[in-house]
Amino acid sequence: MNRKISHQAKLLKEIMSYEFTAVDLNLFLDTHPGDMRALAEYNQTVCQLKKLKHAYEQCYGPLANFGNSPSQHPWRWIDEPWPWQIEF
Amino acid sequence: MWIYEKKLEYPVRVSGPNPRLAKIIIEQYGGSDGEAAAANRYLTQRYAMPTGMAKGVLTDIGTEELAHWEIVATLFYKLMKGVSPAQIKAAGLEAYYANHGKDVFLENAAGVPFTAAYFAAKGDPVANLVEDMAAEQKARATYENLLNLSDDPCVNDTLRFLREREVVHFQRFGEVLDNVQTWMNSKKCF
Repeated sequence: MNRKISHQAKLLKEIMSYEFTAVDLNLFLDTHPGDMRALAEYNQTVCQLKKLKHAYEQCYGPLANFGNSPSQHPWRWIDEPWPWQIEF
Repeated sequence: MWIYEKKLEYPVRVSGPNPRLAKIIIEQYGGSDGEAAAANRYLTQRYAMPTGMAKGVLTDIGTEELAHWEIVATLFYKLMKGVSPAQIKAAGLEAYYANHGKDVFLENAAGVPFTAAYFAAKGDPVANLVEDMAAEQKARATYENLLNLSDDPCVNDTLRFLREREVVHFQRFGEVLDNVQTWMNSKKCF
């Protein structure tokens, strides 16, 4: 159980670091919409994030609700742990 | 439309149960300059903003604040995990516990419940954006006060992340203020 959690936490931390990059670049681009370098970095991060999320969801189920991630059977959205329960 | 992502924006770790620290961390959950006030301030002000940039930044920062609200709740939840009634009494948290148990509730560190009066919407984009810039500075100062009081290095790591985001948001709001003022000046015809 612990091993499983720690593998999940490891994958999640990688996703978190890429998504944080995306959040910060998103805010920067909001006020610098003509910055080509930031935009290229943002688009690269989007690609990387898609791959990482896909790999995570194969093991641990959907990362997003309301049609943004497919689920295996049975419906895995309700699987624990929820974000506040995960030990990093 | 909002989508929930089943992950935190930043990892939350605590060294162990710590009701004294939980008691003050709640300030950023339901206090005047906390994350709930921030999210609602920006998401309320965005509708009548004059430029796409202003609407976009208020939407995005408002959304990020919801993720910070979740981080603060997770800090409280983890600090209260496994805490005994005796430890709750020793930490002076019994009045809170009597009403809310170990649930995270929208109130400040002194027990004052959250109110919409914590944020303003003046229908004036300059007044609103200047309020937002001040709000980011007040939140940064609150995180610094919490860092001065905290005795848990794991919690400090998360508090430092949250403090840093206030600085970035302040910078972005300053840029939006420039954008809105340029827009207002371009509207004048003589």
